[in-house]
Amino acid sequence: MGDFFTLVDWAVEDAGFWGRLIGVVAVWAVPITVWVSVVGLFSIWLERKVSAHIQCRLGPMEVGPHGALQTLADGIKLLAKEDIIPQGADRFLFALAPILSFVGSFVVFAVVPFGPHLIIADLNLGIYFLAAIGSIEAIGVIAAGWASNNKWSVFGAVRAATQVVSYEIPLSLSLVTIACLAGTLSTIGIVESQAGWIWNWFLFRNPFMVISFLIFYIASLAECKRAPFDLPEAESELVSGFHTEYSGMRFAIFFLAEYAAMYVVSAMGAVLFLGGWYTGIEPLDSWLTTSPVLGNVVGALAIITKAFFLVFVQMWLRWTLPRIRLDQMMYLCFKVLVPVGMVVFMAAAFWQGVFGAPDLGGLGSKFGLAWFVVVVVGTTLWVKKTIRRTKGYASANFLEHQARLGHDVGVS
Amino acid sequence: MADKAARKELIETVQASLGEKIAEVDRDVIDPFVRVEAKDWPEVALFLRDRCGLDYLACLTSIDRGADGLEAVYGIERMDAERLQITVKILVSKDEPNIPSVEDVWRTADWHEREAWDLMGIVFTGHHNLVRILCAEDWEGHPLRKDYKSPDYYHGIRNNVV
Amino acid sequence: MSSEPASTTTDFAHSGDLRTEEMLLNMGPQHPATHGVLRVMVRTDGEMVIDCEPHVGYLHRCFEKHCESVSWLQSVLYTDRLDYLTAMGNNWGYCMAVERLFGGEIEVPERAEYLRVICQELNRVASHLLAIGTYGMDIGAITPFLYCFREREKILYIFETISGQRLNYNYIRPGGVAYDFTDDMVTMIGEFCEYFRPKMAEYNDLLSSNQIFKGRTANVGVLPIETAISYGCTGPVIRGSGVPRDLRKDQPYGVYDRFDFDVVVGSGEAGTLGDCFDRYICRVREMEQSIGIVEQALADLPGGEFRSPKIKQKIRPPKGEAYTRIENSRGEVGFYLVSDGKDVAYRNKCRSPSFHNIHVLPEISRGHMVADLIAIIGSMDIVLGEVDR
Repeated sequence: MGDFFTLVDWAVEDAGFWGRLIGVVAVWAVPITVWVSVVGLFSIWLERKVSAHIQCRLGPMEVGPHGALQTLADGIKLLAKEDIIPQGADRFLFALAPILSFVGSFVVFAVVPFGPHLIIADLNLGIYFLAAIGSIEAIGVIAAGWASNNKWSVFGAVRAATQVVSYEIPLSLSLVTIACLAGTLSTIGIVESQAGWIWNWFLFRNPFMVISFLIFYIASLAECKRAPFDLPEAESELVSGFHTEYSGMRFAIFFLAEYAAMYVVSAMGAVLFLGGWYTGIEPLDSWLTTSPVLGNVVGALAIITKAFFLVFVQMWLRWTLPRIRLDQMMYLCFKVLVPVGMVVFMAAAFWQGVFGAPDLGGLGSKFGLAWFVVVVVGTTLWVKKTIRRTKGYASANFLEHQARLGHDVGVS
Repeated sequence: MADKAARKELIETVQASLGEKIAEVDRDVIDPFVRVEAKDWPEVALFLRDRCGLDYLACLTSIDRGADGLEAVYGIERMDAERLQITVKILVSKDEPNIPSVEDVWRTADWHEREAWDLMGIVFTGHHNLVRILCAEDWEGHPLRKDYKSPDYYHGIRNNVV
Repeated sequence: MSSEPASTTTDFAHSGDLRTEEMLLNMGPQHPATHGVLRVMVRTDGEMVIDCEPHVGYLHRCFEKHCESVSWLQSVLYTDRLDYLTAMGNNWGYCMAVERLFGGEIEVPERAEYLRVICQELNRVASHLLAIGTYGMDIGAITPFLYCFREREKILYIFETISGQRLNYNYIRPGGVAYDFTDDMVTMIGEFCEYFRPKMAEYNDLLSSNQIFKGRTANVGVLPIETAISYGCTGPVIRGSGVPRDLRKDQPYGVYDRFDFDVVVGSGEAGTLGDCFDRYICRVREMEQSIGIVEQALADLPGGEFRSPKIKQKIRPPKGEAYTRIENSRGEVGFYLVSDGKDVAYRNKCRSPSFHNIHVLPEISRGHMVADLIAIIGSMDIVLGEVDR
């Protein structure tokens, strides 16, 4: 069917170079920029709300309903702030760094699909592009740390370089596993090979993919510099790491880039492991494909929901876990994730070769069903156990506690 | 207090062993103490730590005794369940306020001696780094001396606002 | 991760082939993890700490000088501001010294002794809650901090009800306490104890049994017993090294000999004896003990006077000197008072636990990483107010 934007290509075909450029900018770049900003604003608001509710607080409540416009207000405030470049900083790099960082997480959106036809560029090298371009953000971070002329920032920058470069390896290993299963590097192709029931998703395709997903997720946390891998910014150690010296809009751009990157890796997690735009209910999906408009709308909703669920988990982890140390970070990468990733890759490839062949009459999908059941039951049991264990905790609310006792001496 | 009896006993032991090194003993005050001469102090300190097992210097107080000079009061304890303690006082003249440092005997003494130098101006000879600790490095005088006059200005900041 | 004890203490810096150019890093006085205005000059080789030197004095407020110009009772106010997180303990230490100067002339009523114990132990819980919370934050876990503050807030509210102040109570005075408890207050404290006990499981869930937390704190900053004693470390710092020294047990002051509680010591359960985790876990378990003491004290709270009638507006202790120390939440806080019979102190020297606990920092942080240095400073739980006085 070709992608949605082919239409645009066709419309501006005869417009010459400048016309094409304007068309491309208007139809591709502007909506994506808006979308990135919306994602950024929403994620920041979500983070504040999630953290607040985890910490028995309310979070922003004043601007807009439930503080929904708080981030916007903060953005305006940051825009209005004085642009400070510290003395002794490398002015050029200092100004360039946030842009580099933002470009890194912005360009990756080109290969993140929103629906069966909603993709900017269905590259046949899709996930390769993701791994390659995604690292540009790290260059921005290193530039920022170096240009700031601050020892703490340099610490942050060096840590970021170490971390991002190291965790590219396990990340790529799990990407390779997916490519091996799907037989393609194109993100569209990867999603399409997960069509069907929920156990056709790569997450359940064979027993090793859950591990592969965990590796992908941990590595993506590290790539996004999210806790417990927030060493580059480690606010208690390095003050704020690479963006210590940044203020105003430059800081906001870093912030936006970070949240955009969070969304990108989560959306990629959804695309690679969680069936992309598929709902996981085969009849519904088959019906949806008959209507391109509805299919794309529902698909986009599905992918965004899945992505934001993963973003939520990232936040959940950040507000629960302490930060690991540099050597533990490297240990985890090179002594745990990389070897396990290798083994998982080989095992998954082996499994695919044995049971994935089409002439086995869908044996592969039967295993998928079995693993789906195992994973769901296991998760349920674990959650139930945790709930049972934490039930004994007293109520968070002292007033409730007092009410239970039948007293009210006014402690709030 | 049983504590007091043990203290007196310890003082007896110290006096019996170190006889001439102990300049004065006062058992009738709230905290019985022994007084030693500054020059004998390192020897007494080592005796207290190694022979009596008093391994913990709890407190070093410096007191301006006016015309008598400056006094350093060491509260030394044994870090066990009994908490045997002894108070040692050393009086030095204001012209030559030198007391041998005991930072090698009890590491605590390091900062305590710096503090006593900073605030009272007692010089601890042999201290590896006797610099001001609480006051600013370029502060003048020793604030806890009774004859101390606080400066009117410090780096252009007016003090003594009346 | 915790199975790699040697990873952080490896002496990379002096192994020769990995040696790089040294860097002088100035941590503080404005740094989020130095718990105030501590300044640490760190010599690093990359991320490895070769040496560090704490510089104190940025918060020097001339406590001892002040006390020589205000009356004996007014000085209680200044003691609040030493360790502002455990002001009750400072009040008590100072008041005990003043009472000692009087040499038995002032009898503290039994009820006052109980009230002092209740306040001090509640204050210890509040202080340890803050210590644990900020420690979690140093390690990177922000949420436990809020949980700890949620509970601490209740204690502060109780103190506000009792003394009118949330931090600088000025509640314990020579010869007793400032105000009596009403029945409501007793009920409120009892309810708090009941509420607080199950909360301990939450902290243990969030921090004590968290593998990352253990990995960050176990085997880090190991403080040997001899070093601890020689440097005069007290409180949870020395108890973390396995030395059961607690003045409440060793030399019970007040009415501590009437309560049943344990001295919590570290056991090296996560790694080496005397590491950051041991110091941390000591605080966690001490809170439990403190709540136990509060409950016992509430149960046998006697009636009667709450302050000695002999204390007047102006007191003049007889000529003499006295040194007393009590077990505060950070260790032994001692006061050496010299009276010349006037209504102001001739000399007031405060021996503060944090002053000694931070002194040992260079000893135990060499060869660790910068991130560990933060963990070590956090595990010392210093309050700069009493370091600099």
